[in-house]
Amino acid sequence: MSDATLTVSKIRSGTVIDHIPSGKAIEVLRILGITGREGYRMAILMNVESRKLGRKDIIKIEGKFLDAKELNLMALVAPTATINIVEEFEVRKKFRVVVPDVVEEVLKCPNSTCITNKEREPVKSIHKKVRDDPLEFQCMYCGTIVRVG
Amino acid sequence: MNSPYRGVDVISILDFGRRELDLIFEYADKAQKYARSKIESLKGKVVALAFFEPSTRTRFSFEVAAKRLGADVISISGEEAISTAKGENLADSVRMLDYYSDLIVIRHKYEGAAKFAAEIAVNPVINGGDGWQHHPTQAMIDLYTVLKLFGTVDGLKYALVGDLKYGRAITSFLYGLTRFKPSAVYLVSPEQLKPREEVLTKLRELGLKYEVLASLDPIIDEVDVVYVSRIQKERFPDPLEYAKVRGSYTIDLKLLSRAKPELKVLHPLPRVDEIALEVDGTAYAAYFYQASLAVPVRMALLSLILGGEL
Repeated sequence: MSDATLTVSKIRSGTVIDHIPSGKAIEVLRILGITGREGYRMAILMNVESRKLGRKDIIKIEGKFLDAKELNLMALVAPTATINIVEEFEVRKKFRVVVPDVVEEVLKCPNSTCITNKEREPVKSIHKKVRDDPLEFQCMYCGTIVRVG
Repeated sequence: MNSPYRGVDVISILDFGRRELDLIFEYADKAQKYARSKIESLKGKVVALAFFEPSTRTRFSFEVAAKRLGADVISISGEEAISTAKGENLADSVRMLDYYSDLIVIRHKYEGAAKFAAEIAVNPVINGGDGWQHHPTQAMIDLYTVLKLFGTVDGLKYALVGDLKYGRAITSFLYGLTRFKPSAVYLVSPEQLKPREEVLTKLRELGLKYEVLASLDPIIDEVDVVYVSRIQKERFPDPLEYAKVRGSYTIDLKLLSRAKPELKVLHPLPRVDEIALEVDGTAYAAYFYQASLAVPVRMALLSLILGGEL
C-alpha cells in the first residue's frame, strides 16, 4: 500500500504491525494484552487493500516497543504479520513473526476436564506446536489438539 | 539398589522404553516369589494412595504391593472423604501428602492431574489413572500378562475392542504396544468410540501399524489376543449415546468358536456385559490371571522407584 492511500500519519517512534490477516487486528491486540486503556497513541486500520493479502489489517502503536517474544505470540492468529520498529520516523528493524514452539497461558484447552480448566488450581496452560499447516498445538497436560487460526 | 527408576515419576507408559519395561518385567518375576509373603525391603517408607475417583483393583493392589514390601500405607479415597469436600484444591492436597509420604499414587477424574501433581510433589508420583488419558501401571500389567502367557509380546496379533476413545487402560496398552513389534493391531469399536485423533497420530509417529475395524468378526480367527474394555457410562456426556452402544461388542462362546485355541481374552476389569460369563471357565479367559499379576508388577515398580531390593 502506498503512502498516498494511507489515511493515518506515520508514527514517530514505536511499533507498526503490518500484514495482519484482514479482521484479526482486535484478536492480535487481545493476545498482546493491549486494551487501549494504557494511554498509547494508537491506530488500528482494518480491511485495507494489500497487494500480498488482498485485504489486511495494520496496527500502529506510538511509544511502545514490543519485544520479539510478545510479538511472536501473535503468530497464532496472524502468521503473515510483519513488524516494523520505528525510531524518528525511520524503520530501524523489520522482521516477520515466528510461531513459537511452546506457548504458556495463551491458549485455553478446549477439554473441559483438563486439569488446566479446573478452578482454583495453580496450573498454567502449556501448549506445544505439533503442526505448521494447519497450525496445531497440543495441550501438555491432556494431549488435546487445538487448531489455531 | 542401583535402579534407573530411583525417584522417577510414572505419568505415561510412553515415558518408558522397551529396555525399561523389560527391567520392570524382570523385577515382577522376582516379586512373584513374595506375592504371598512379606519382606521388609521398603520398611520405613510411606506410600500415599490418593484416589479422588473410585477404584478397587488399582488401589488394593498398590496397597498390597506396598505392604508386601514392608512399607506403610496411608490412603484417601473419594473426594468426599477428604478436605476437597471442604473446598481444598488438588495442589494443596498433594503438597500435604508429599510431606507425609515417600511416594504418591494418584487417581483423578481430570486429565493431566497426575502430571500436575508430579510438578508439585518433591517425591515421586505414580499415575493411577487420570480421566480418559493414561493408566501406565495397568498397561505394564497387561503387557506382562501377555509376556507370561505367550513368552513374548512381539509377533502376536492383537485386537483391541470396545471403548477406544475414553478407555484409559486400553489406550495405555496401545501406547505400550508401540514399544514392541506386534505383527498386527486391530482397533475394533463403534464409530463414536474410535480412538482420539491425537492417539492415532501418536501411533503413526511411533511407527505402529494398525487397522481400524467396526467388528471383530472378520479377524476373530486370526488374532492371538483380544483386549476388551468396558464401555464406560461415566465418560458419555449423553446417556442416550451410551444406551446405543452398550452391549454391542460382547465376547461370547459363539464368537470364540471361530477363534484359535490359543487365543487369550484380556480385560482390565471391571466388566459389565462385554464378556459373557460363559467365557470365564474356558482357556480363553485370561482376565483374572491378568488381575492377579497387578501385585507383582506394582511391587516391582515400587521397589525400582523407592530403591527396595527384591
